[in-house]
Amino acid sequence: MTATPAVRADGLVKRFGDFRAVDRIDLEVRHGEIFGVLGPNGAGKTTMLKMLATLLPIDGGRAEIFGVDVAAQPHRVRQLIGVTGQYASVDEDLSATENLWLFGRLQGLKAADARATARRLLEQFGLEDAAERKISAFSGGMRRRLDLAASLITRPPLIFLDEPTTGLDPRTRGQMWNTIRGLVEDGCTVLLTTQYLDEADQLADRVCVIDQGRKVAEGTPDELKTQVGDSTLQLQLAPGADQALAREVVFRVLGEEPVTTPESGRMNVPLDVADRAADVLIALREAAVSISSVSVAKPSLDEVFLALTGHGTDTGTGTGTGTARPAGVVPGQDTNSPDKPVMEKAR
Amino acid sequence: MNTLVAEPSAARPRSAPAVDPAAAVARTRARPGLGDTFNQTFAMAWRALKKMRRNPEQFFDVALQPLLFTAMFAYVFGGAISGDVDSYLPLLIPGIVAQTVLTTCMATGVQMREDMDKGVFDRFRSLPMSRIAPLAGPMMADLIRYLIAAVLTYLMGLILGYRPGGGVLGVVGAVLLAVFTGWALAWAFTWIGTLARSARSVQGISMMILFPLTFLSNAFVPADTLPGWLESFTRINPVSHLVSGTRDLANNGVITAQVGWTLLAGLAVIVIFMPLSVASYKRHL
Repeated sequence: MTATPAVRADGLVKRFGDFRAVDRIDLEVRHGEIFGVLGPNGAGKTTMLKMLATLLPIDGGRAEIFGVDVAAQPHRVRQLIGVTGQYASVDEDLSATENLWLFGRLQGLKAADARATARRLLEQFGLEDAAERKISAFSGGMRRRLDLAASLITRPPLIFLDEPTTGLDPRTRGQMWNTIRGLVEDGCTVLLTTQYLDEADQLADRVCVIDQGRKVAEGTPDELKTQVGDSTLQLQLAPGADQALAREVVFRVLGEEPVTTPESGRMNVPLDVADRAADVLIALREAAVSISSVSVAKPSLDEVFLALTGHGTDTGTGTGTGTARPAGVVPGQDTNSPDKPVMEKAR
Repeated sequence: MNTLVAEPSAARPRSAPAVDPAAAVARTRARPGLGDTFNQTFAMAWRALKKMRRNPEQFFDVALQPLLFTAMFAYVFGGAISGDVDSYLPLLIPGIVAQTVLTTCMATGVQMREDMDKGVFDRFRSLPMSRIAPLAGPMMADLIRYLIAAVLTYLMGLILGYRPGGGVLGVVGAVLLAVFTGWALAWAFTWIGTLARSARSVQGISMMILFPLTFLSNAFVPADTLPGWLESFTRINPVSHLVSGTRDLANNGVITAQVGWTLLAGLAVIVIFMPLSVASYKRHL
């Protein structure tokens, strides 16, 4: 309906001393879409979001929210956005109702309207039973929902969500996803940051990948994933197996050169169809290359990263991706290992 | 728990957006109006009052200090300074009021610092609200503390045998003067609160300012008993003006120049430290 993008950033920069936390990022988020900012911890996602949400001064470049300049008119921008941070920003000493009432009052609602809005939002987010309970007794999921509800009081057209599901259990995570989809159906635009490829995949219309403060890729989740293949075949060769032969066999079957780690005899190769893993295994058996384990994994963020940047996600300030893996994705056994097998067959 | 708004992802093809961002942009205002600032300050004061009611232990210092100090000082110093306890009380009580109110201001600064470190302040910062409201709101609520502190001190004095010559009106005037001064000075401690790294350091810095100010004044001893250089300092010390002002009001029922100086000093502190606090709070963004 309007050509003005919800978010436009040109050459956004944030410096902390000599360190560039955000390094010349361009961004355009269209009205009515869910835009995902994907990257590991410490990539600059939160910093970028905070600059867009007027919470951090912009050191370079410029940003506009619905055409309003963020640096020049922060007060106007604050009337257009709702911000839900990584850690619940609600008052622990107040009840859920009191929190929402307070935020409503602070945004100019009359006392009665603030009360009605609080009631409506608590109902909408399934928190009416906990309305008068102390926030400190809330579960993580309930806090997040209350936090999100608090961002929606004035129905802002743009919502920023900073890692909305980090640390949530799979069920609560699914609920959160549905809630976020609901926001967009109501006409909101959502910009969310996430560490999880599958979250971006599930929710986002478009995604940009950020690494070390720079944007390394942008596109639909499908476009991103095709860069790394739909899934990955991971082979662990038995000690003493002929690695060169194995590579040749894999290449012959899949037409794709495997990424190998010669020291450990590990090789990874993208698969467009998971079924083709069987062809590789049969061919290896025929070539008498013995393997100690095999697995097929959906591409993880790490692999997307590896494909896009040539390095894994564990180069920054620690990945943390292994702490709270989402349901649909491979459960990581080791935070620092870039490959996360789905089904590991021993021998 | 399960009554969430949205249907599952099947509803992906979306209907036309119901939110019109152009209209939303047109509705925005460049800065908060005076009325907004007022309402937001009251909303923040409401929040602070709620918190006080939930955490009554915050009042321990406000309540205990006047009771304890009045009794202690009266019996320990009374004989030495004024010959006996009864004649020391008119000198002491206004001094204790000043001291208590100052300590209470410090608590305002410390709690402001603690509060600002909490996640909820991130939300306050992201809301289109006046930048002065988060500071001024709690300070409005703190008026109650100053009131409690001042009233309790006078009550304790009455119990010990203090009979203020200024009558009820004089005492009320003295209490109001103390409350105003406390509120005004709290802006200075709030400023320290917005600058310091932690609540603990606010406490440390504030103590270093407060102790010399209260003890190097005429709060507990007649100033003319002090060495000359110290006496000149106590004459310019604003705490002395507050103490003299409350003495004049409570003991004699007269409004003197001391009262005027105290009010002036209070206003000066507000004029200087209110903008400083707001500016420093903004920098925290």
